[in-house]
Amino acid sequence: MKPLVSRREILKGGLAVGAGLTIGFALPIRALAQTPGVFAPNQWLRIDRDGVVTITNSVPEMGQGSLTTTPMIIADELDAKLENVKVEQALANPALYKNPVTGTQSYGGSRGVRDHLEMWRKAAASAREMLKQAAANEWGVPVESVDTEEGAVVHRPTGRRLQYGQLVDKAQALPVPQNPKLKTPDKFRYIGKVVKRRDTPDKVTGRSIYGVDVQVPGMLVGSIERCPVFGGKVQSFDATAAKKIKGVKDVVQVSNGVAVVADNFWTALQGRRALKVTWDEGPIAQVSSATITREYEASSKQPGQVAKNEGDAEKVLAAGGKVLEAVYQVPFLEHACMEPMNATAQVSREACVIWAPTQNPGGTQATAARLTGLPAEKVIVNTTMLGGGFGRRGEIDFIVDAVETSKAVGAPVKVMWTREDDITHGFYRPATYNVFRAALDANGMPSAWFTRIVGPGILIQKGRAQAGTIDPAAVEAVRNMPYDIPNLRIEWNNKDLGIPLGFWRSVGPSQNGFIIESFIDELAHAAGKDPFEYRRALLGKSPRHKAILELVANRASWGAPLPAGRARGIAVVFSYGSYAATVAEVSVAPAGAVKVHRLVCGIDAGLAVNPDAVKAQMEGGAVYALTAAFYGQITIDRGRVQQSNFHDYQMLRINEMPVVDVHILDSGEAPGGLGEPGVPTVAPAVCNAIFAATGRRVRKLPIDRSELKRA
Amino acid sequence: MVSFTVNGKQRQVDVPPEMPLLWVLRESLNLTGTKYGCGIAVCGACTVHVDGTPVRSCVTPASAVAGRRVTTIEGLSERADHPVQKAWMEVDVPQCGYCQSGQIMSAAALLARKPSPTDADIDDGMSGNICRCGTYQRIRAAIHRAAAIRKGGA
Repeated sequence: MKPLVSRREILKGGLAVGAGLTIGFALPIRALAQTPGVFAPNQWLRIDRDGVVTITNSVPEMGQGSLTTTPMIIADELDAKLENVKVEQALANPALYKNPVTGTQSYGGSRGVRDHLEMWRKAAASAREMLKQAAANEWGVPVESVDTEEGAVVHRPTGRRLQYGQLVDKAQALPVPQNPKLKTPDKFRYIGKVVKRRDTPDKVTGRSIYGVDVQVPGMLVGSIERCPVFGGKVQSFDATAAKKIKGVKDVVQVSNGVAVVADNFWTALQGRRALKVTWDEGPIAQVSSATITREYEASSKQPGQVAKNEGDAEKVLAAGGKVLEAVYQVPFLEHACMEPMNATAQVSREACVIWAPTQNPGGTQATAARLTGLPAEKVIVNTTMLGGGFGRRGEIDFIVDAVETSKAVGAPVKVMWTREDDITHGFYRPATYNVFRAALDANGMPSAWFTRIVGPGILIQKGRAQAGTIDPAAVEAVRNMPYDIPNLRIEWNNKDLGIPLGFWRSVGPSQNGFIIESFIDELAHAAGKDPFEYRRALLGKSPRHKAILELVANRASWGAPLPAGRARGIAVVFSYGSYAATVAEVSVAPAGAVKVHRLVCGIDAGLAVNPDAVKAQMEGGAVYALTAAFYGQITIDRGRVQQSNFHDYQMLRINEMPVVDVHILDSGEAPGGLGEPGVPTVAPAVCNAIFAATGRRVRKLPIDRSELKRA
Repeated sequence: MVSFTVNGKQRQVDVPPEMPLLWVLRESLNLTGTKYGCGIAVCGACTVHVDGTPVRSCVTPASAVAGRRVTTIEGLSERADHPVQKAWMEVDVPQCGYCQSGQIMSAAALLARKPSPTDADIDDGMSGNICRCGTYQRIRAAIHRAAAIRKGGA
């Protein structure tokens, strides 16, 4: 584990002023504990006398590459040698490490690079200016005459050079510039270049420490029996048999169920099996998937809240002519991180130490403070490596498990979930029911478009958006659809039957990209037009959509002949600050089996800091989307999730993996996100290709192969 | 008490005979590189070698490996220089990395059996391993690369 104490010492000084910190990087130098021989102008970096640069990465490493990208950005602007840079994962300390845009130390929404880039560059640039000033003072030359290169300040006229390590004591005494000059992009040494991931060596040798791997002296392992029904409570429990099992140490009731605490996980599971719990199942026991669909259908016939209204779509639609109607449905989905939920907590009267694979260190700290009654600064949160995040690990339920259990048994406890716990007690991507109507003009172009979305609102359910308002996540990628249509009406009906909701990789656009990009495809075919050209004609006001669409069409040789039986489909979606498009090539066997041969994906994220990491995120997003399109479905029976493990909640496997070609468009615009934008275009591109191949329109996910069967 | 060889060392552990090898490795022997993913042998995260054959340690009782030779990710190579590990680093396969110990153990077993695997061989040998981050394309490329490294190719 990390040496907590020394790191705490460094951070301690920052806490006092931290609360008032607004710029994020511009921490007054006095605020940081002055360690002799360490130049630490702000919370993001420090340099020692040996020239070693230590960078603090605040963004949890969940596979997206933040442990590599963050130091690339800072080292580049600092002009440090990347091989001399060490990286530490930030402890929870929102005053120092909060995301400057969201104001929280919680990471979702593909916000790693796009929200931090400027702040980190300024933090590094101010340090570089201080090092330059220190050298200029040393040499008695104007600061304008010195420059930096690879961890040193140089004075070119005289050929003099001082390594950063030689300047730390002098630089430490200088004021921190608040508006340092940033490099021009042509001077970037690392940004925009392919850099190897720093975490790969430990990940190919089994040395990486994930939450499940945490070991604390004296630690016990807990596993929680949860009510099979959402929202159900423990009525009573009998732990007699469980406590008789050798190695079971204690059985305690906690918020999320009954925790069996043992010497090891295996024994805790035996204890769970021997446990007898009587549940008060609560009202959600009345809810099943059939009920939900029925309620959605009924609601879809009622007027919704108006999310967007331009022109008069209803009037144009009522006037008749060529009108198309369709209903699109998507299911609940679970994240299924490969590492099941877990956390380790050590609660004492004086402090609470947590080790957790969390996307939300700030929320973890606040939650533990609330549960223990300790002040936040007495809650130390170590973020381990995350075995997948996808939005699931922004929740704090698994933190509550560990803190409450440790507090109850008075020992450090690692609470681990089984895969079954994970699938059945998630926070699900909402199922939705969507009604579409569109009218085509004499040229086949849409003169009116109507969408009514029925489904629950994630933000409203979580209390992060006001009840009665339109949940932004529910209408994202529909309300802001890019097509230039004169009469447009978007409605939303909030229908929440109490299934816990969460942010599932790409959130609203994960389903809304599918429905919009499928229905526009229906219009193109109804108009007898090429689906690419049809979209293109409607993207006059959306040049970045158009550019990325054209890029993938070009790279996929749109329109060129394909081997017999294959067909192409296309889609374009904006999400999380980035523009993405995909062309899918598929074939469908007579029995209905779909083979995706190739995906050509394009991404305009403004700036690609590490192009190989960008490609990896797009490849991964495509697989996440394909899994959902072909397999993903959580169904509910009397308040219980019917799926339980990877045999009935299946994942795409290597034998079904298409070739994924990723093309990056460097538009030079403000940086966008990357973790999520690769997801939304894939399902519609595949389903549009299925239509092109078979004439069958997929309006409900997951794809039902039996409906694609051709006699 | 169960005795077996782990990564070349003779070990004796005092565990119930039915305890899965996965938990013996992780919790009794502190070899945490082998991961729990499903507990029912459908995800491959727990793959280790028993006498050179890939097995799912989550459903292998400790008693089944008595007297046998178990290799985990920690024992695949001394210096992280097994051709599969080298290829994985060259291609930068892992994202979150959680499934990769299992992927690598499956790939190493595949290459031992099929030194020049075709794409179909890779599908057969690797489709028992799930990667939720979606690194399959790189896994395929890295296995071909590992095959070349193994033959002494550059």
